[in-house]
Amino acid sequence: MRVADAIVKALKEEDVTTVFGYPGAAIMPLYESLRTSDIHHVLVRQEQAAGHSASGYARIKGEVGVAIVTSGPGATNIITGIATAYMDSIPLVIITGQVRSNLIGKDVFQEIDITGATEPFTKHNYLVKDASQVPKIIKEAFYIAKTGRPGPVLIDIPADVLDEEIDYLYPKEINIRGYKPTRKGHIGQIKRAVKALDKSKKPVICVGGGVKIAEAEQELMQLMEKTNIPIVSTLMGLDIIPSKSPLNLGMIGSHGFTQANYAISNADTIFLIGARVSDRSILPANMFSKEVEVIHVDVDPAEIGKNANATIPLVGDASNILKEMTEIASPLDTQEWIDEIRSKQEENEEKHIYEDSINPKLMMQELSKLLPDDAIIVGDVGQNQMWAARHVEMKEDRQFLTSGGLGTMGYSLPCAVGACVADKNRKIISVMGDGGFQMSLSELATIVQEGIKPIIILFNNTKLGMVHEMQYRNYNREYGVDLDCNPDFTMIAKAYNIRTAKINDPDKMQDILKEAVEYDGPFLIECTVDPRETTL
Amino acid sequence: MRKHVLSVLVENQSGVLSRISGLFSRRGYNIHSLSVGETEDPTISRMTIVVEEDQQTLEQIKKQLNKLIDVIKIIELRSDTAVYRELALIKVRTDKDTRAEVIGVANIFRARIIDVDIDCVMIEATGDQSKLTALINMLEPYGLKEVIRTGITALERGDTELKSE
Repeated sequence: MRVADAIVKALKEEDVTTVFGYPGAAIMPLYESLRTSDIHHVLVRQEQAAGHSASGYARIKGEVGVAIVTSGPGATNIITGIATAYMDSIPLVIITGQVRSNLIGKDVFQEIDITGATEPFTKHNYLVKDASQVPKIIKEAFYIAKTGRPGPVLIDIPADVLDEEIDYLYPKEINIRGYKPTRKGHIGQIKRAVKALDKSKKPVICVGGGVKIAEAEQELMQLMEKTNIPIVSTLMGLDIIPSKSPLNLGMIGSHGFTQANYAISNADTIFLIGARVSDRSILPANMFSKEVEVIHVDVDPAEIGKNANATIPLVGDASNILKEMTEIASPLDTQEWIDEIRSKQEENEEKHIYEDSINPKLMMQELSKLLPDDAIIVGDVGQNQMWAARHVEMKEDRQFLTSGGLGTMGYSLPCAVGACVADKNRKIISVMGDGGFQMSLSELATIVQEGIKPIIILFNNTKLGMVHEMQYRNYNREYGVDLDCNPDFTMIAKAYNIRTAKINDPDKMQDILKEAVEYDGPFLIECTVDPRETTL
Repeated sequence: MRKHVLSVLVENQSGVLSRISGLFSRRGYNIHSLSVGETEDPTISRMTIVVEEDQQTLEQIKKQLNKLIDVIKIIELRSDTAVYRELALIKVRTDKDTRAEVIGVANIFRARIIDVDIDCVMIEATGDQSKLTALINMLEPYGLKEVIRTGITALERGDTELKSE
């Protein structure tokens, strides 16, 4: 069997139905095999989007996302997509074409060392030299991508290898001697963790995206409800516990809520689960400064002790560990502690302040009411991301996707494309700013081509809002980052036959949102936002 | 900060060295020396990596190395339970007056003369790092033309084996 056909066959053995990609010379043999297969190929408009769309697809489908691009510039373009997935632990398999084997190392047309380039931010990568190894490599790549702490795995295949003939045999078993992810938590440590919670006066659970990846939402909810321990979340863990749950204190971090940060800073026991203590969510100083018991659960041992010292490290799968903890945990009286935290909550009601513009926070709150409970909100990066994170209510089935680790502007639109392809029935909202939108608006074509129906909410303040805010705060002036030459974005969307609305009148906000939510097709709402609107 | 000697079993494949050295450089860990060679199993190479870091960083180094798929096993070799050896080749300037002296120094350190020319000799020495450093210091006054050291390689004493399984 030709290697290109073998790859397609192997993808099908891995239950791949959809791939995201962009063709080019070196990858042509694989495209020829794809053409004659029933795998759905989504043609993005720039390779970075293939990475982000595969990421959105993976996050909604709960499967490995697959992206296929060509050598050289195709491969370098997808780098940001790979790095974004790596930072947020999203399972991807990326197949890149490579120049012919005998030309590698000679700087020929469209040659780049992509395994070398992506080595720091792939979970693993392969440069295929021996065609007969292809089925084994694909099997391993999927296994590595989705098990343990998930992440992107890249396979670089020279064009001549794609055309070689091999005996196709897809391995059933996998045995990678250097890769044995831990699943079950150490029972002694589990008991120690529960004991620490039992004797705590001011406990807090800090949940991160890892709990979502482990599909341990229910288990976490059960532990929380049994023990009455209040919970805070990182940006990546935002949608795990419903916003309105009485024990949910909200998001922590530099853009988080005062009460949530208060809880972390004043707790005597912090139970971190699936959270890697990133600088944007927790400043380790909070934990180092005093005698705090830190229980840290993560499937990746290297995350424990990296940014914060854990007094009780616990390596393993969140779902198993939570289940076992819940069994032996006892109810705590945390009411006084919760009251103390709640007393720090700031009650400021949002109002429209500036004339002829929309308050994005109110817009998010309004949207939140109109959306179905199982809607998916995809935040971009910057002010729009935090407006969405802070003001969209999370319900049990609602999901919030964003680029939390790398903070990749332009992520939202292609990610939403992948999410829409993964689930055609749910409402998917891409929230963007005018900066990020201009980084990926080429994907409007993909939306139309795929017949998918996202709602794009574009906050246009003709600024890179968060940069603007930072410059103002740190340097006391604004300089050079205004997006002065913005086009009429609705005209661009109209050129793609996408329905649009432009609003600057708060009174019309509700009606237009309703129209967009009810409309059966893609819809772009451009909102005029006053540059003085702040993130918090 | 103390020196630590890590013995690492890795897949004997191209790219492994770059993965490991890349990990050290991008996370800001200092490699003091690294030596590598094939083991009794030709699919496995064994690296001896000497690092100079505090205990917490050392733990991170081990964990990060373990995350690499090509890394099979890591152990730390402690000086009280393992043998450290390094090889050095030293080319020393000599003339008819100093040659005998240089050979004498080499003999004291149980080093061997492996090449002689009119105005230099080449010395081969093995030992732990401090012995080689002492030898090199002794030879320096005669004029060192070239010095090369392999970096430490090490094995645990006694009936132990570092196996992939």
